Formats: sequence, C-alpha cells, structure tokens
Amino acid sequence: MQEKKRNWLSFGGEVLILAAIFTIVQYAITAGLLNQYYQINLASMVINIILAVSLNLINGFTGQLSLGHAGFMAVGAYASVIMTNMLGYPFIAGLLMACLAAALAGFIIGVPTLRLKGDYLAIATLAFGEVIRVVLQNIDAVNGPAGIVGISRLTTWPWLFGAMLLTILVVVNLVNSSYGRAIISVREDEIASELMGINTTSYKVLAFVFGAMFAGLAGALYAHYFYIIKPETFNFLKSFDILVMVVLGGLGSTTGAVIAAMFITVLTAVLQSFPAIRMILYALTLIIVMIYRPQGLMGNRELSRQTFGRIWGGRK
Amino acid sequence: MLEFSQQLINGLSLGAIYALIALGYTMVYGIILLINFAHGDIMMVGAFVGFYSITLLGSNIVAAMIFAMIACAILGVVIEKIAYRPLRNSTRIAALITAIGMSLFLEYATIFLLGPQQKVFPQSAFPLQQYEIMGLLITNKDIFIIVSAVVLMIILQFIIKQTKTGKAMRAVSVDREAAVLMGISVDKTISITFAIGSALAAAAGVMIGVYYNTVNPLMGIIPGLKAFVAAVLGGIGLIPGAMVGGFVLGILETFVSGYGSSLYRDAVAFGVLILILLIKPTGLLGKNTGEKV
Repeated sequence: MQEKKRNWLSFGGEVLILAAIFTIVQYAITAGLLNQYYQINLASMVINIILAVSLNLINGFTGQLSLGHAGFMAVGAYASVIMTNMLGYPFIAGLLMACLAAALAGFIIGVPTLRLKGDYLAIATLAFGEVIRVVLQNIDAVNGPAGIVGISRLTTWPWLFGAMLLTILVVVNLVNSSYGRAIISVREDEIASELMGINTTSYKVLAFVFGAMFAGLAGALYAHYFYIIKPETFNFLKSFDILVMVVLGGLGSTTGAVIAAMFITVLTAVLQSFPAIRMILYALTLIIVMIYRPQGLMGNRELSRQTFGRIWGGRK
Repeated sequence: MLEFSQQLINGLSLGAIYALIALGYTMVYGIILLINFAHGDIMMVGAFVGFYSITLLGSNIVAAMIFAMIACAILGVVIEKIAYRPLRNSTRIAALITAIGMSLFLEYATIFLLGPQQKVFPQSAFPLQQYEIMGLLITNKDIFIIVSAVVLMIILQFIIKQTKTGKAMRAVSVDREAAVLMGISVDKTISITFAIGSALAAAAGVMIGVYYNTVNPLMGIIPGLKAFVAAVLGGIGLIPGAMVGGFVLGILETFVSGYGSSLYRDAVAFGVLILILLIKPTGLLGKNTGEKV
C-alpha cells in the first residue's frame, strides 16, 4: 500500500515537472524570450531526441545494429508532406500517415533483413536506407533530387513536446513490459532466449517497426519545421549522426540517448561559430569520447529520481 | 557483341579500382572484425599525395603511385595505433563509431588544409592514347589501371601465401589467441595489415585520379561505400572474394549505366548488396558456418 502511494506521488511529481518544462518554454516562445536561433536549435534538439530514443530501442535494447534510420525518417517526412501540402489534410493526419508509412517500411524491410546477424544486418539496413533515398530521387511526383520546397511550418512547440513525450513513454513502457523483457533477452543471448520459447524474430521485428515508426514521426516534424526536404538530407551520414547519439549516450539507456541527443545538438550549434573547423572538432570529439568512454556516457544505466547513478533494475 | 565487349573493358577498369579498395576493407575486417569506414578516405588521401607529387615534384605516374602508397601505408598504421588500438577490447560498435569519426576527420581536415574545390589531375602526367584492337577502343588509361591492379594483386597474393608475414596475418585472422601462443606479435601483424590495405587503397586513389581526371576531398565516400559492397559481395574477410566482388560490381555498374539509366547506377550497388545478403549473406565465395553455442 505504502509502495503504491509513493508511486502515485512520484508520478504526480513527474507530471508536474514535465508540465513546468512545457509551460516555461511555451511562455518563453510566446513572450519572445527565445529568438529564432534558439527556437530552431530547440526544434532540432527535440527531433534528435525522438530519433535517438527510437533508434536506441533497435540498437540498444534489441541489440540489432541498424544503420538505416534516416531512411525511415525520409519515408515519414515525404508521407506527411504528401498528406498535408499536396492533398490538403490537417497536420495530425500527416503525422499519423508518417507513422503508418514508416512503420510499414520498417515491417517490409525488417522481415527479410532481421534474419541476418551483426555486421550483415548493419550492412543490409545501410543499403536499404540508401535504396529509399535513391528511389525518392527518381520519383518525379516528389520532384526527384530537388526535393519539396515551400512546406508550411506546422510544427510548433506543443507538437514537438507531445511527440517527444509520446516517443519516450511508449519506448520506456515497452521496454519495461513483458515484451521488453523478451526484447532484452534477445539482445543478451539470442539462442538462449529462443530455447526459452521466445519467438526472437517477431520480437526483433516488433522493436524494428516501433523504432521506424517514431523515426517517421521525427521526419514529419522535421519536414514541417524546416520548410524543405530533399532526398540528400536523409543519406547514410544522417543515419550515422543518429547512431552516434545512441552510442554516445550508451546503448540501452533511454536517458542516455536523451542526454546525448541534447549534447550533440548543443555541440553542433556551438561549433557553428567555427565553420572552418566545425566538422574536424566534431570528429575529434567522437574519437576521443569513444577512446576514453567506449560504453557511452551512461553505459546501459538510466538516470532516475531515486537511483541517481544506481542501476535501474536494483529498485525492488 | 562489339558494344558488349567495349562495356566489358570499361567495367574491368572500374572493377579493378573497386577490387583494390575492397581488398583493404576485407583484410582489416578479416583480422580485427572492424568495418573500417575511414578506408575510402585513406584512398582520397592517396589520390591527393599522387596529385601533389605529380604537380609539385613533377614525378611520373608510377613514381606518384609509389609515393602515395608509402604515405598511405604510414597513415594507415598511425590511424590504427591512435584510434583503433585503444578500442580493440571494447565493443565493436564503439570501434565502428571511431572509424566514422576518423572518416569525417580525414575528409574535413583535407578540406580545411587544401580547400573544398576539386582539382584537375594534370593531363601531361598521363597523355591519353587510344588503341583500336579489332574494333574495340582501348585507352592507355584502361591498360594502366588493369595491369597495375593485377600486378598489385599478384604481389599481395605472394605476400599472403608465401611469406612469414602473410602466414602470421592468416594465423591472426583465424584465431588471435592461438596466434599469440605461437609467438606471433599480434600488434605488429595488425599494423602490417593496415599498411598493406592502405597502400592498396592509395594505388586505387591514384587510379581514380587518372580515371576521372579530378580529385576532391569528398571523393572517397561513394567509391569507399561501393568497394565495401564489393567486399561483402565476394564474402567479407576473404581476399579472393574482394577481387571477384570488385570486378563483378564494376562490370555490373558499367552495364547498367551503359544499357539502362545512369540514375539507377548507385541503386544497383545497393540492390545487389541486398540480394546477396538475403540469399547468401556470407557472399559469393563465403562458406556457411554453423553457429556455435
């Protein structure tokens, strides 16, 4: 009984903190405290968080190395823009369509490729991501390599915040459910979990589809914030960017993914002021962090209220 | 038939370049199981060393190639020492991220030092000549590329099969612990592998300079990725596989852009990759090994 009460209290506390963050930022935007530059960085930060958390579900929790996340982002971006700009549906329909299309793409790609293991899976997803890009380049209805310009800016802070919250909630709850335990068992030892009667392929596909779906959501938000999308934006370097966030945060740590996504966004923004050596510093940061902390900033631990720094599972 | 043979010759020179780059990928993968994403950029550095030794030192094309190979062999060893060796015992994904970081570093350091614009490979270093043999047009570029690639591959085969170093390389790739017990210096063997792989990439870089007439700091990305596809196509970790994969991919690509649409040229590489991974993930020459529990 006591336990339950404390859970409700902490739940209420979390809701309050989140509501406070939301309101403060919303107030800062409407009151004009945040200028355009900060708003753009805020939007990319939220989009990066969604991408990193969703890729972490595939790479970190399921242990399946995927290098094609930008491809799903592209599917979502294009699907949503077709719905809103070309067919004139409201934004929410565009977002739903983006999730659906990306999840479908994840399913179609996931079913055949997830039979592969390790490096082969990484290569196959990399190739599929590039194929999505090349296909988009060759479709005239979406202007081929030139991409779509003049997308109306529909992504606002409430949408961004809501999408981010939804992504994190779904991923965290999925990982903490019985499905999540099955997914983690696949990561720890695929053969052993298969012997325990877990249908490893279907759990891998499940995680992959969810990851792809949220990547699509991020793509839709991206398209409706930055006015323009073209296939080149979603090449394999973008996938690497997302992977970097996940590995930097620590594979299998949702809070780690969030922190790393924020860190990378801030780092990129700060480095903008040194355009000549921006990418050199970025590359050096990557190499140095990996050499001195190869398990990522958080390892596979979570940052949480009660157990600051202690293992999530240690809480009985 | 004539056009077919013509395309075949064009495909052979492109394939020879891919094969040389793929060899480096496959050797490194075979020995430390790392997909060395910086390999394409090492090739780019090789192309630039070749370019400057021709324009600044006035050397001929063969000397330029040798300079490039020596410079890149040193570069490869240094990269391995600084960036990959500290990560040898950590997770493979950490090493992969480091390789990506190294690739970005090489690209943007070159842009910073030499500027982003592309440079035209001097024509005087390699005066173009065309020969007509039975109706087929063959340029001296094609001959140069194919002959030097084949010579390099024969040297490589000799090193791997006949020398002590080659024996050590094969031993380390089969079982690193056992190799250590046999008194093989694993660090030294891995360094030599990087040196040889990078030197082959440098030779390919000079060839690409000759083939396309230009060099630029981002030229390594696409050929690097395609050579990687070639390595997987032949069976990653297998040296003959990289050669076969490189030639197959080069010829396929030339045929697609010759007979079909050049827009789909890039899609061919990845389409082939997906097909081979779904049908036979270990590659054309790979053996299926069962999973050990």
